[in-house]
Amino acid sequence: MAVKVIERKPLSWAERTYLPQILSGLRITFRNMFKPKVTVEYPEERPPIPVGYRGVPTLVRDPEGREKCVSCQLCEFVCPPKAIRITPGEIPEESQYAHVEKAPKEFEIDMLRCIYCGLCQEVCPEEAIFLQNTYSVTGTSRAEFVNNKQKLYEIGGTLPDKHFKWEKKRRAAEHGNAH
Amino acid sequence: MDVVDLLIRFGLGLLVISLVMGVCMYSVLAERKVSSWIQGRVGPNRTTVPLIGAIPILGPFLTRLGIFQPLADGGKFLFKEDVVPAHVHKFYYVLAPIIAFIPALVTISVVPFGQYVDAATGTVKTLILANVDVGILLVFAVASLGVYSIIIAGWASNSKYPFLGGIRASAQMISYELAMTLSVVPVFMWVNAPGTEGTLSLVRVVDAQADWWFVLTQPVAAVVFLIALFAETNRLPFDMPESETDLVSGYHTEYSSFKFGFFFVGEYANMTVGACVTALVFFGGWHPLPFVTWADLAAWTGQAWMTTGVVGALLSIGTFVLKAFFFLFFFIWVRWTVPRFRYDQVMRIGWKGLLPVAIANLIAYALIIAAWDRWVS
Ligand code: SF4
Ligand code: SF4
Repeated sequence: MAVKVIERKPLSWAERTYLPQILSGLRITFRNMFKPKVTVEYPEERPPIPVGYRGVPTLVRDPEGREKCVSCQLCEFVCPPKAIRITPGEIPEESQYAHVEKAPKEFEIDMLRCIYCGLCQEVCPEEAIFLQNTYSVTGTSRAEFVNNKQKLYEIGGTLPDKHFKWEKKRRAAEHGNAH
Repeated sequence: MDVVDLLIRFGLGLLVISLVMGVCMYSVLAERKVSSWIQGRVGPNRTTVPLIGAIPILGPFLTRLGIFQPLADGGKFLFKEDVVPAHVHKFYYVLAPIIAFIPALVTISVVPFGQYVDAATGTVKTLILANVDVGILLVFAVASLGVYSIIIAGWASNSKYPFLGGIRASAQMISYELAMTLSVVPVFMWVNAPGTEGTLSLVRVVDAQADWWFVLTQPVAAVVFLIALFAETNRLPFDMPESETDLVSGYHTEYSSFKFGFFFVGEYANMTVGACVTALVFFGGWHPLPFVTWADLAAWTGQAWMTTGVVGALLSIGTFVLKAFFFLFFFIWVRWTVPRFRYDQVMRIGWKGLLPVAIANLIAYALIIAAWDRWVS
């Protein structure tokens, strides 16, 4: 690598008094006073959230409104700080989604432990858990920071789904060739 | 001096003190606002009071300007828990914040605010609390007492950081006091021309600047004075005693709530007095422009009201206050521009920079003034 030696010039007399430098600094700060402000006034104005932002992890439903999570517990195992706790449950026989077997009976994410790593979203085979835009989590007790299943679906909502995997599976089961 | 006269003086004193306190409170606000503008922020813009805040356009405007913020700040200092650490020396610990702004309040008494012509008698009246002949000397003597509050605070706090802050403050004060005093000596040599009655009064200094402001005739002295003033008031880039980054908070590390508030307000009171003295000694006091006084303006336009009575008083006070405010703004502006000097740099600038310059300046002007007196006038 070529080394470029830059000669350090001795300071001129004016520079050593430091005053011209201060004056030019003052000019810069004075101009700065009239520039547009760079901050947002938070509660009223919100910053734009970039695509792929990792906010609070949530559970989502598919466009049919069915819960996608099958309680495989992969996210529970992968979660580095052990923030997720899942109690698996069975889908009752008479439900129209009965071919799925399992759904979480309870699903809790402790937001005091979550580190927003996004591993749960990455590992989920059902695309059921997503880190979405919510970034401000407040509460006055520890219990308030534990998002239960109902809350997770509430903030998660429904996301568009391209695969309709379970719809296909149901049709296959009805036509008698279950893989 | 009869009782009525005494009462009037007492009232005027209270008025001036409350005005200075008001200026202090709002210079804290100015500090916060200017710093945030310089840094691209908005600054305090939420605090509001019920009735005034509800006025349609004016209320939100004042709120956004942060006009009510000082009230909240003051209230906070008043009602916060006042912690007195167990290891402090109680008496001096309480004494220090009180000393912190007594000097500022004392020196303001010899600061003239303006002049007007009394229409009835035709004499020039000066608006000043105490028109003493030793004006500038009193300012310097009393203002330098302020360092005691810092030293006592540092010592009484009985812990390392405040102690270091106190030591630095005393060293810095001594170093810059010299340069500061020497820099105004030529000004007073100029004012006290031979044959006139000798004076150190600030009023006479302003009178002497009817044509040439001293910043024009003695620019070096003005610069030295300003720099030393920054050091004397412990403002950045010379806030050695406080320097958050290396001394936590310096001499007031152990202070909380209202005692801390006293130090805080004291700093701004000193700044206010400093700004006033700069405007008076070097920037023509209540004269609107160099070579132009209100009396000149009145003579040219033939409008006598410009100098007489209430209007004249208000005009000259307004000019002076504008200048003082500019220097307050300048203090703040510099603070958010220049980084803090290291302690050894502060000492070097003081002893090897400012002091020789001040002495050279003094000798040069002594020769010039002697020559002037001998051959010109
Ligand atoms: S984002 Fe990371 S820490 Fe948070 S729940 Fe998912 S896996 Fe756990
Ligand atoms: S969210 Fe996904 S990974 Fe977690 S249990 Fe449900 S299906 Fe499995």
